[in-house]
Amino acid sequence: MKVREIAEKLELTVYSGHSGLDNEVIGGYVSDLLSDVMGNADEGQAWITLQNHKNIMAVASLKDLAAVILVKGLKPDEATMMHSNEENLPILGTDAETFETAGALFKLLHP
Amino acid sequence: MGAMEFRYEVEGGNFSKAGHASSAVKKILKQLNVDARIIKRVVVALYEGEVNVVAHAHKGHILVNINEDEIGISIIDQGPGIPDIDLAMQEGFSTASAAVREMGFGAGMGLPNMKKNTDNFEIESQVGVGTTVRMTTRLS
Repeated sequence: MKVREIAEKLELTVYSGHSGLDNEVIGGYVSDLLSDVMGNADEGQAWITLQNHKNIMAVASLKDLAAVILVKGLKPDEATMMHSNEENLPILGTDAETFETAGALFKLLHP
Repeated sequence: MGAMEFRYEVEGGNFSKAGHASSAVKKILKQLNVDARIIKRVVVALYEGEVNVVAHAHKGHILVNINEDEIGISIIDQGPGIPDIDLAMQEGFSTASAAVREMGFGAGMGLPNMKKNTDNFEIESQVGVGTTVRMTTRLS
């Protein structure tokens, strides 16, 4: 499923990386530990996290993730959004909690 | 292809630049048509190494040597050093500051991740002077 479709269905805000909205999402990964994501996330996953600093983009792009979804209404800062635009890797956001967001994404990907 | 050598500087404390070397090396390996799985392993190990220097050391540099068979990476820092390397290699052990942990680093997974993702991993350290990590990964 494309990032664009997930953003629409889960009513996520698209903060940046609009050029990557056609990235294909093949799964999800939930973690706020960057080393855990570095070590264990897989290419093409959407990463759900509450971390919103610039380093999330380094991790997401190095791991070829499809998108980052920020929870709890957290917003990326300017530098993070710039990096997201450069890498064509969208940052999305929701006011929902991690549990609800992961559950909704799971249901969408595994109907 | 002949041997290639690259050097990257790493600033202690500057998290906004962490990942620069990893990103550059990823691009180089992609251009060399290295297997994507191998690129992933190299990138994980190098990124963790970069973050270690940023989180713990005053400054450091990274030397990358690529030949037909393997990629060798040396991460050399001037910093506090590691008093007990066996302890530092244990998953979950970390001396990172509260601020660094809040960013999602310092979970004690860096060095074990580096070892796991390389074919050869050596670490040398002198307390009060610095730490050198040497790692090698076969490219085929």
